[in-house]
Amino acid sequence: MEQSQTYNYKVVRQFAIMTIVWGIVGMAVGVWIAAQLVWPQLNLEIEYLTFGRLRPLHTNAVIFAFGGSALFATSYYIVQRTCQTRLFSDGLAAFTFWGWQAIIVLAAITLPLGKTMGKEYAELEWPIAILVAVVWVAYAIVFFGTIMKRRVQHIYVANWFFGAYILTIAVLHIVNNMSMPVTMFKSYSMYPGAMDAMVQWWYGHNAVGFFLTAAFLGMMYYFVPKQAGRPIYSYRLSVVHFWALISLYMWAGPHHLHYTALPDWVQSLGMVFSLMLLAPSWGGMINGIMTLSGAWHKLRTDPILRFLIVSLSFYGMSTFEGPMMSIKTVNALSHYTDWTIGHVHGGALGWVAMISIGALYALIPVLFGRERMYSVKLIEWHFWLSTIGVVLYIVSMWIAGVMQGLMWRAVNDDGTLTYSFVETLVPMYPYYTVRFLGGLLFLLGMFIMAWNVWKTVAGAKPAVHAVPQAAH
Amino acid sequence: MTEHDMSTFWHWWVIVLTVANIVGIFWLIRWTSKRRAGEVAEGQETGHVWDGNLSEYNNPLPRWWLWMFYLTIVFSVIYLALYPGLGRFAGFLGWSSVGQYQQEASRFEERFGPIFAAYADRDLPALARDEDALRTGQRLFLNYCSTCHGSDARGAPGFPNLTDGQWQWGSSPADIHQTIMAGRQGVMPAMGDALGADGVEQVTHYVLSLAGREDANAELAELGAPRFAVMCAVCHGAEGTGNTALGAPDLTNNIWLYGGSAGAIARTIREGRHGVMPAFGDFLGEDRVHVLAAYVYSLSHQAQ
Repeated sequence: MEQSQTYNYKVVRQFAIMTIVWGIVGMAVGVWIAAQLVWPQLNLEIEYLTFGRLRPLHTNAVIFAFGGSALFATSYYIVQRTCQTRLFSDGLAAFTFWGWQAIIVLAAITLPLGKTMGKEYAELEWPIAILVAVVWVAYAIVFFGTIMKRRVQHIYVANWFFGAYILTIAVLHIVNNMSMPVTMFKSYSMYPGAMDAMVQWWYGHNAVGFFLTAAFLGMMYYFVPKQAGRPIYSYRLSVVHFWALISLYMWAGPHHLHYTALPDWVQSLGMVFSLMLLAPSWGGMINGIMTLSGAWHKLRTDPILRFLIVSLSFYGMSTFEGPMMSIKTVNALSHYTDWTIGHVHGGALGWVAMISIGALYALIPVLFGRERMYSVKLIEWHFWLSTIGVVLYIVSMWIAGVMQGLMWRAVNDDGTLTYSFVETLVPMYPYYTVRFLGGLLFLLGMFIMAWNVWKTVAGAKPAVHAVPQAAH
Repeated sequence: MTEHDMSTFWHWWVIVLTVANIVGIFWLIRWTSKRRAGEVAEGQETGHVWDGNLSEYNNPLPRWWLWMFYLTIVFSVIYLALYPGLGRFAGFLGWSSVGQYQQEASRFEERFGPIFAAYADRDLPALARDEDALRTGQRLFLNYCSTCHGSDARGAPGFPNLTDGQWQWGSSPADIHQTIMAGRQGVMPAMGDALGADGVEQVTHYVLSLAGREDANAELAELGAPRFAVMCAVCHGAEGTGNTALGAPDLTNNIWLYGGSAGAIARTIREGRHGVMPAFGDFLGEDRVHVLAAYVYSLSHQAQ
């Protein structure tokens, strides 16, 4: 009974610390390959360090290692606090921590070795993919088990989003990874041709929709009202935007395959459902930002709140840009260009990373029994480095992408293409350099965070919080 | 895949799911916009509290947001009426991506085809002296050929240099034209098993001696000569001067497609090589290939 009277913070602490570690690793690899695009010799002529091998390592590390650890940490924390009960199983929770770390290490080994399914964001070969499925099922049992034994009647909105994300990722991961193993580290997809592409992007876009959007909205729905000390702006908006978001996102995948062998009708559905996603996506932004009404002045003094609110602004920008890019006419220009890369990083750095950073700054002192972070000044520095870094990144990629799109379609008066491929690369140097600098600033901010966290937790005693007995 | 391949079941499956989701969203918006009996007033908190101080206002949906939502729904419904989307239903505009492609391609051909047709009657040596034709040919080369042969056409390991006057498949205008139109497959069989390790080494040195190389070991070359006559001369000729009909390279000019070091040559003999020049005839058409061939021809035939 002793155990059931406190919250399980141990697994939250573990994931929280690893979020920072993997954030630095994943972003450092990103900065390195960004540098390779400017100075190709930086691959050092070693096959394991070439762009093609390291790029999936970067994406997996930032999405699943950094983002995933942040989500494990915050969802485990939030579900306990808002259900007023300890996690369903300490053992399974510990299993998800060690299992997830093992998967990350295996990814970090196999991807540079070139062991890959060749599916974007689903590169891990079948033995590792099975391990992911097992850990994920354990995660679902811990999460939903905790919901089941909650001591409050209503389920808090953050948990709707976490619940949708955990269920959907399980389905997406398993269906997209259906494949026939031929050796220990080689398998072939079960689906043929265009169908395989469609399954992959159904997975791929919903990884964006549920992993990188819905789940981080869950994080937002706890930390924004907590940090602002204000009620959520609108319960009704939560209801509409939740159900609309999760049902519409399911259809949006085909916009990754415009003007391909995918049948026209699928492309059309992908486009219109992406457009209808605009309002539900903005619902979350409105609910977050408007929660601050009456407390705007706090933005001046609280850099943590600023991280949270600015991340919502980047979220709003990316979720406006996304539907626009899904329009076939726009896509005809933007597809395959660096505009896409800019769009992704507006979401990944501006939204996902910045909301996680804000949440961690709020969470870590609580977990380690400190009043606040070691230095608010350093959070302030981190905030500006991150913001300037993201802006440099996305602006340079917008310009680069639009230039590429225009150069690729330019024709001479004899109908031949004006630019050969190499000629479209040469003008990219300045923009790739600015992108590299933007990423470097963002990474620098992460190092400052690591130092700040170190000074906060060093010598601190792990906090133990009793579960309040009186139910609301 | 055309819309006709879809069975009636899947046709209705797509329609029902699509319509159900759109109608469902519309209903959801209407339902949440309405106030129900017993609900707290707008602007009040709902009364639920979590984790000490988390609560929610019962604020209405922002009007501008609501209208934006409706607008995207209306746009989508109209789009799905006009364009393919609902199963087999092709849309009232009758648009298809294949149709659009064919229309654009024929407009393109109508506009630019005559430029190339005008060159069709002139032979390559004549065309290779026409500056306009060469400029166009060079652009075609940079678009389609430079990836392998390089922007300067000097090739790369495995991809021939087109400026050196040495031709694996023949240097005549007709040969060059044919190479681009139909492509080529250059196959050097693996001889490692047949020759054995010693044999490979001996033949390697014989081949080096054919090219007059100083690093050829005379003793080994002498042992390699009879092996070459049996195994290699069929394609490369008794003198090693090659055979353009087979794409068998001349081995006497010290120009090496896959590298000229003793090691690279030994590997070629041991493991074989397979070079592929893709066919561009279907893609570019006879007239464009003609202009492209003139440019390639000009690279090794300086204007006389």
